[in-house]
Amino acid sequence: MQKPSCIAMLLAGGQGSRLGGLTRNIAKPAVPFGGKYRIIDFALSNCYNSGVYTVGVLTQYQPLELHRYIGIGSPWDLDRQHGGVYILPPYAREGGADWYKGTADALYQNIKFVDSMNPDHVAVLSGDHVYKMDYAQMLSFHIKKNADVTIAVINVDIKEANRFGIMCADRDGRITAFAEKPKNPQSTLASMGVYIFHWQVLRRYLIEDSQNMKSSHDFGKDIIPRMLLKKEKLFAYPFEGYWRDVGTVESYWQASMDLLGDDYAFDLYSPDWIISSENLALPPHYISKEGRVVKSLVSEACVVHGSVENSILFPSVTVEEGAVVKNSVIMAESRISMGAVVERAIIGYKVFVMQKQKILPDGPDDIVLHFSGGEKLDEG
Amino acid sequence: MNNVMGLINLHENTVKLDALTQTRPLAAVPFGSKYRMIDFALSNMVNSGVHNVGILIPEHSGALIQHLRAGKDWDLDRKHEGLFLLIPTPRTPLAGTGDVDYYSQHLDYLLDAKQEYVILSASQFLCNLNYGLALEYHQKSKADATLIYRRLGSNETRPSDAVMLSLDDDRFITDMEIAPPQSKSRNLYMSMAITGRKLLIDVITNAMSRGGGDYVRQLQANLKNLRLNAWEFTGYTANISDVREYYRHHMALLNQAVWRDLFFRNGHIYTKVKDSVPTKYLSEAKVENSILANSCQINGSVKNSVLFRSVHVAKGAVVKNSIIMQYSYIGSGARLENAICDKDVEITPGRSLKGDPLYPLVIKKGTVV
Repeated sequence: MQKPSCIAMLLAGGQGSRLGGLTRNIAKPAVPFGGKYRIIDFALSNCYNSGVYTVGVLTQYQPLELHRYIGIGSPWDLDRQHGGVYILPPYAREGGADWYKGTADALYQNIKFVDSMNPDHVAVLSGDHVYKMDYAQMLSFHIKKNADVTIAVINVDIKEANRFGIMCADRDGRITAFAEKPKNPQSTLASMGVYIFHWQVLRRYLIEDSQNMKSSHDFGKDIIPRMLLKKEKLFAYPFEGYWRDVGTVESYWQASMDLLGDDYAFDLYSPDWIISSENLALPPHYISKEGRVVKSLVSEACVVHGSVENSILFPSVTVEEGAVVKNSVIMAESRISMGAVVERAIIGYKVFVMQKQKILPDGPDDIVLHFSGGEKLDEG
Repeated sequence: MNNVMGLINLHENTVKLDALTQTRPLAAVPFGSKYRMIDFALSNMVNSGVHNVGILIPEHSGALIQHLRAGKDWDLDRKHEGLFLLIPTPRTPLAGTGDVDYYSQHLDYLLDAKQEYVILSASQFLCNLNYGLALEYHQKSKADATLIYRRLGSNETRPSDAVMLSLDDDRFITDMEIAPPQSKSRNLYMSMAITGRKLLIDVITNAMSRGGGDYVRQLQANLKNLRLNAWEFTGYTANISDVREYYRHHMALLNQAVWRDLFFRNGHIYTKVKDSVPTKYLSEAKVENSILANSCQINGSVKNSVLFRSVHVAKGAVVKNSIIMQYSYIGSGARLENAICDKDVEITPGRSLKGDPLYPLVIKKGTVV
């Protein structure tokens, strides 16, 4: 088997505390999205579609569901004899055990793994972004520029720029300045958290960083600024297309809404870049005579007797007669009982919304997270 | 169920569904918005704990084999046992007629199996049943073979190719009629039976030495020598005997009780999975009393219909009392009523096509109208 030119290391250990109840029991990459997917499906499908067939997934926070979901990688055709998916949680070794202390430390602790794959380049990806991207194109850019690291960048609104890692680049694309979440951003080129490193260069910086007690062991805060300081070749790879960090309740909700309507911002239907995920053996969904569904996504085994508008229904959701669901996301196996009203809400897995219960936001910009209350359903 | 193997015979030559079976065997005909007929027979075996399943594959089975692959979708991709695709070889002049020849071509598979019992099935009868109960009944009754049947409803007409069973008080079979012009019996044999593996081998080899024939005719001929009894299945059963029945059972799926019975009674029905997307309803969508698979995009009106995966219904299109299969496209302003669109059909904008509920219009695979 040919040695891989590039492997991917997927950072999937973050807690995602800004997602509130969505990540109480599961890691952020395992959070359901888009009526059928988990957030990590996007990065894993991008890997497969880009021809990156060796993917290490670094896990730490609440890994149970995430590990079960990834399994041996078969949903993404990553169950391979050579390469494939590798789950890499923190581990104990002679002399003790360490948690992953930061994104860079997670990679540092897996240097042996990367070495064993012997790639020229390593793509470092986040498991919590919604986008479709061909890493192969970025890799050829990276190789053509003979870069030590290539960072994918996207133009953001100047008002939002303080939420991102912002960089300045010269006409050739070479990065001249980088600031993590700057108060006064000098540019609108935001890092997407997608890096391709020359492995031997990264390896050196990881070892150096691990010995620096003051470092927070983070790619954005430590590794990239250090490489810039040392005048390594950093390039910005401009990405055009849809990309969302779904790290907050608002951005999660907004990205969900981006899938809906006649002029949807993000297209899941084009056959040339399929997003793969676990496929459950469930029957088709049913819309009754009284049911009304517009501008929505409906998954398998749903039963709709009520009204659903501008919303996403995950598998096996029931909307009873007279119930109204608007601008909301309803996770799998939940039931919206007769006459209930749900608006601008994210309803969790297996939640029972009682008859005539109202789940409404306090203010016009609020989003309700509803993860318990009512009786939990016993059966699926 | 470690002691039971499954054998699904797909040489079902009597059933023809017009254009739907022109390019594929009955077992590969799409059914129920995301399945193929074979999925029901296979899932019933798997849900009953059977994990050594042979399928007697008919000719022209390209689509069927692509569907089954290594059996992964039914958890039958195993190192030991699992799924066996029993491909037919050209018939020899001595082969005779009937399906026993196909069994005998794969006698080695039956001889090598370790199980004591065999569940026989076809794909024509769609239901969601647990063979465990039938097996228990078979074992307790010490019968040589137990045939599974259902009672015809009072208004139900007997299919022309029916095998009818007459039973005594202990449900032992006193008479079998094959495609009778009239019959007093209301017990319809569902082409499913449980028998001993060794006995099955005996019946097959004996039949072959006398010119072959159909397995069911061997049972009929040996009615006096074998102890044959019957077990009744009372759940919903779709007997796909012709296009009209195919259509009628799809319309029945719009009844929630039938939907639940057929898809959930004893376990899920498994099928080849695809990376589908949830179905998208756009702003002009108007869907009522219909079932839809994933990956559809709906901007028109859909009423009393069954839509398979990746069907597009454009703005202003009207689909009524119809079955639309995978990848079909209903153009804007087109109208479709009492129709069955096979895969990849395109109805161009503004067209209007109409069949009758008792004689639905079948539109051939890949047709552009």
